[in-house]
Amino acid sequence: MDFFTLTTAELEAIKLSLRVSTWAVALSLPCGIAVAWLLSRARFPGRRILDGFIHLPLVLPPVVIGYILLIAFGRNGIFGAFLFQYFGVTLAFKWTGAVLAAAVMSFPLMVRAIRLSMDSVDQGVEAAARTLGAGPLRVFFTITLPLTMPGIISGAMMAFARCLGEFGATIMFVSNIPGQTQTLPLALYTLTQVPDGEQGAMRLCVFAIIIAMSALVCSELLAKRYSNLLKG
Amino acid sequence: MQVSVKRRQGNLELDVSFTGAPSGITALFGNSGAGKTSVINMVAGLSRPDQGHISIGGRCLFDSGRGINLPPDKRRVGYVFQEGRLFPHLSVQSNLTYGMYLVPEAERKIAFDDVVGLLGIELLLERRPRLLSGGEKQRVAIGRALLTSPRALLMDEPLASLDEARKSELLPFIARISREFCIPILYVSHAMDEIRKLTDHVVYLHAGRVVEGGD
Repeated sequence: MDFFTLTTAELEAIKLSLRVSTWAVALSLPCGIAVAWLLSRARFPGRRILDGFIHLPLVLPPVVIGYILLIAFGRNGIFGAFLFQYFGVTLAFKWTGAVLAAAVMSFPLMVRAIRLSMDSVDQGVEAAARTLGAGPLRVFFTITLPLTMPGIISGAMMAFARCLGEFGATIMFVSNIPGQTQTLPLALYTLTQVPDGEQGAMRLCVFAIIIAMSALVCSELLAKRYSNLLKG
Repeated sequence: MQVSVKRRQGNLELDVSFTGAPSGITALFGNSGAGKTSVINMVAGLSRPDQGHISIGGRCLFDSGRGINLPPDKRRVGYVFQEGRLFPHLSVQSNLTYGMYLVPEAERKIAFDDVVGLLGIELLLERRPRLLSGGEKQRVAIGRALLTSPRALLMDEPLASLDEARKSELLPFIARISREFCIPILYVSHAMDEIRKLTDHVVYLHAGRVVEGGD
């Protein structure tokens, strides 16, 4: 069983990856739901531009996104300088920066899943709720949101998986600092670059599969339970 | 109920004026495509007339001249849709009380038990809409709208999706509702036999115009 004993550095990388992915999904989920609602329900000028902008991380090379984040959120970037001056927060080369990179990269996947699910909610049912005296906000929280829940679950799950795999934008934006920003994929890559690293790399590979599979099973179970609840 | 609206939608030029009976049932009759549903959607506030005036019991809901356009949730108009449109994630009980709890207690004139008794849905309260038959769904939809103590009830072909047996089962309910709860009903249908059993007050629509029974 020696093979399965993780070194401290490997364990750290796994823990960091889980922490980064969890925070990234938790923080981007409310935005994801809001943007999905805008794209699915609202009609405003610039809707297509917003749609395209949201999808950029899906089509651009991740390294380019990482570079953009570095320019914007580095200590001297527009947002980075603002955050540092007023909140004392630095993102570049910190694990919090890895959260931002993962959140940005996984955002389009999350929005797509939620939006698809929201598109399939019958707007006639929402209109019925309006005629019963519910204002737009109440309709959103009591009708639209519960009926979108299966999409929200699968969107969060896909985003989580994407966060775990995030490599290019992360290494560009926050570098590869063990214990700080060295997430599981970065640690795995690093291990393949040093002599005697193969066993460690293999261990991380196995753990990546275990984590991804458990996340998938959990979300499937949750989605199933919820859709049974919906159907009654 | 006074309705006088104009609206251009696609090829149809709607220009409809009529006065509904202050109590009892007013039927809006016409072939499909005559603009019946468009008219009651405007009364409910789900679509907006280009021009015109809508009021119920002296309360103005829409007036293009004065810039009044109440949102659907402020109109206090009950709407029974052709397809029921029950909330699939809520039990029959929660469907029925969804709108009721949004009405201030002092303004709730219609009691839950009365409606449930009248519509004969006592045994369905725990169920989900998915498990209801077409006729049961429509009865719940009628109950849900009634429990908001609306100032008028709009019904858009509530029987169209039902078979003959269910239709004749539900018709007496609709006639009784208007009598027992003193609510004016605007009843949309393209079936004359249905309308004859309910009311004498008929507004005939054809291609977006009133041909008989209007103002």
